[in-house]
Amino acid sequence: MSRLQVVSGKGGTGKTTVAAALALALATEGKRALLVEVEGRQGIAQLFETEALPYEERKVAVAPGGGEVYALAIDVELALLDYLQMFYRLGGAGRALRKIGAIDFATTIAPGVRDVLLTGKVCEAVRRKDKQGRFAYDYVVMDAPPTGRITRFLNVNDEVAGLAKIGPIHNQAQAVMRVLKSPETAVHLVTLLEEMPVQETVDGMAELKAAGLPAGRVLVNMVRPAVLDAPVPTDVRRQDIAKALSRAGLGGARKGGRAEQLVEPLLAQAADYEERVALERRQRAELAELGLPVHELELLAEGIDLAGLFRLAAELRKQGL
Amino acid sequence: MSLTPAVPLDVDPLLDDPETRIMVCCGAGGVGKTTTAAALGLRAAERGRKVVVLTIDPARRLAQSMGIDSLDNTPRRVKDVDGPGELHAMMLDMKRTFDEIVEAHADAERSRAILENPFYQSLSAGFAGTQEYMAMEKLGQLRSREEWDLIVVDTPPSRSALDFLDAPKNLGSFLDGKFIRVLMAPAKVGGRAGMKFLNVGMSMMTGTLGKLLGGQFLRDVQTFVAAMDTMFGGFRTRADATYQLLQAPGTAFLVVAAPERDALREAAYFVERLAAEKMPLAGLVLNRVHGSGAAQLSAERALAAAENLDERRIVDQDAGKVGVQNSPETPSGSPEPEPAHSVDGTNSADGTDGTDTVDAHAQHLTTGLLRLHAERMQLLAREQRTRDRFTALHPEVAVTEVAALPGDVHDLAGLRDIGDRLAAGGTRPTGAA
Ligand SMILES: Nc1ncnc2c1ncn2[C@@H]1O[C@H](COP(=O)(O)OP(=O)(O)OP(=O)(O)O)[C@@H](O)[C@H]1O
Ligand SMILES: Nc1ncnc2c1ncn2[C@@H]1O[C@H](COP(=O)(O)OP(=O)(O)OP(=O)(O)O)[C@@H](O)[C@H]1O
Ligand SMILES: [Mg+2]
Ligand SMILES: [Mg+2]
Repeated sequence: MSRLQVVSGKGGTGKTTVAAALALALATEGKRALLVEVEGRQGIAQLFETEALPYEERKVAVAPGGGEVYALAIDVELALLDYLQMFYRLGGAGRALRKIGAIDFATTIAPGVRDVLLTGKVCEAVRRKDKQGRFAYDYVVMDAPPTGRITRFLNVNDEVAGLAKIGPIHNQAQAVMRVLKSPETAVHLVTLLEEMPVQETVDGMAELKAAGLPAGRVLVNMVRPAVLDAPVPTDVRRQDIAKALSRAGLGGARKGGRAEQLVEPLLAQAADYEERVALERRQRAELAELGLPVHELELLAEGIDLAGLFRLAAELRKQGL
Repeated sequence: MSLTPAVPLDVDPLLDDPETRIMVCCGAGGVGKTTTAAALGLRAAERGRKVVVLTIDPARRLAQSMGIDSLDNTPRRVKDVDGPGELHAMMLDMKRTFDEIVEAHADAERSRAILENPFYQSLSAGFAGTQEYMAMEKLGQLRSREEWDLIVVDTPPSRSALDFLDAPKNLGSFLDGKFIRVLMAPAKVGGRAGMKFLNVGMSMMTGTLGKLLGGQFLRDVQTFVAAMDTMFGGFRTRADATYQLLQAPGTAFLVVAAPERDALREAAYFVERLAAEKMPLAGLVLNRVHGSGAAQLSAERALAAAENLDERRIVDQDAGKVGVQNSPETPSGSPEPEPAHSVDGTNSADGTDGTDTVDAHAQHLTTGLLRLHAERMQLLAREQRTRDRFTALHPEVAVTEVAALPGDVHDLAGLRDIGDRLAAGGTRPTGAA
């Protein structure tokens, strides 16, 4: 299991949720995992039902078996200031730079700089060791930008190559790339069993591979459980279903009876269901062609709360992640 | 079954009204903005108007079905549109739109210099807000051509619908902003009283940034800004002009949302924002709403009935009653024993002709149908709750509902279907399948 787990995927497919569940799963049995957010939306705090996270590592959950999940929401501006401070000893001038929008400028207008700062911070956490020489975190899980941007985001070297050929940013980019392109890292994509997210996943994995980044697993989220165990036979007799409904106490099976009136709508719902299942089967087949491990996480009908998150984590562990 | 019926949104009069010139479909990511925009465009065209639809990142198959899968950044007439109107459609190419602005405002030599500038290239290829800015820009261009009765605009996939309103201004301000100007000519600004500090900050700033980013990068930015600046009247001005277009009476915003908590919360923010900006909101499209033809049967009763059937099957198996599935059909209405216990507790007038000779397969299938139904009804109840919450907050917003279709929407027939539902969903309680 790679120590840096990057979770991307189409917007809204459940990147933040799955990244959090993965961190919990990896922390199980006394391990330490750091969950990192890079888009400044406080999604992790919401998920773990805590107040907004400051720019520092904080314990947010205890995993089954005593493991710990820490979380970090990276603030790009502060990260850049830290960075400038470290290399240039700006003193109070840093604040002045911020005031006139210079920091905003540097992090916005040169997206490469922003990405190097973010990935740099993450890689630092991956490599950090304590006094005994053990890794500070067994695992680092990154709730990453969506599929459309992930390759550029991780491929910081290329991005800053045109900007900085020497100097600290350049060195940092080199160090980051050594971690990201190594087996220490795995990039997973979250998807749904729908056409567009699956298409993005297929394209995204191809892009990652082309860029030499380690394509990890496909995490299919919000999978609906099977309800009908076999297809409805095409020659199913309405009357038989009406009788069964009636037998279950739902009214008369005769034409116009209350049970009989349910038959057509129930069969229509079954037809919808089967159409959806067929569509899902095609999407699964497309994903299988990638030749990567695929995991499925069920749709929790009542939405995600802390208990739901633990359930997803348990599911991931069961599937050997 | 809506508790607080919202004001219905009647789409057809809006589409037919010659005063309606621009319709904008906004909403959170993935809710159906592109589908709604294309469906409205098709419907308006088939009702006789000359329409252009500006789509952004449509699904591949949908684009193919409209014949706009080749990115050439100009509207193409869509074939197989019925009726008297015309439908033209295009897919936004943001880089091309940016390039065109440059080319339209500079001679060949200068525009080449800009187009080749590395900073320009990274800016036009996907800077935050570029897509929104270019969507606005394209809308402005289409409007000024005066070729169409109606322009239907899709908005970029972003997590917040507000980005569409904010991003162009932000990018515009940024490019026109004090900061970037200062970067170009520190001396000018520094000479003004009170700006001394800024100047000091600035030279240190360019120095630091230069070290950080490489001097070449800063020079690229400076060259770019200089070239752009002398050419045309500013990004911010352009963004503002289109923004005003959006406030004009001929514009109608449609907020698209799925009946889910996050999407509706986003829709509520957007509705409030439109009001604050005095932008005309036509209404809310609730997309992918579920319904049931058997809504009279509650989830609880369906589940109880399914369990009842399962128990009987076990009893039947023990009693050796399996294998009767090929028995001739009992004539309907023949007298049959009462079921052991009636789930709803009533043996109504239409009789309970439950029978002990029910086909075992049919019985098993029926438990499945009942469980599927229970699931559907639970979903309906959840959707209803989120919808009621929105209506309670914004009772003034007109609403139309579109059913969740089992498959996705990827051809003209599918768009027509969505169009029919958009038109009908405001007048009847639920347009669900
Ligand atoms: N397995 C699941 N079952 C039910 N609901 C889920 C599941 N996974 C995610 N969700 C819900 O789906 C919504 C989107 O999830 P999440 O915020 O994790 O997605 P995301 O990909 O991080 O989104 P964004 O692109 O906006 O960052 C949330 O409301 C979340 O609670
Ligand atoms: N009423 C519906 N029933 C079934 N499927 C639908 C419905 N409306 C939209 N879809 C499908 O949902 C998917 C997303 O729709 P669409 O692309 O229109 O969303 P969008 O809001 O434009 O997304 P994005 O924010 O990514 O641009 C598409 O596959 C589309 O076919
Ligand atoms: Mg997220
Ligand atoms: Mg779209």
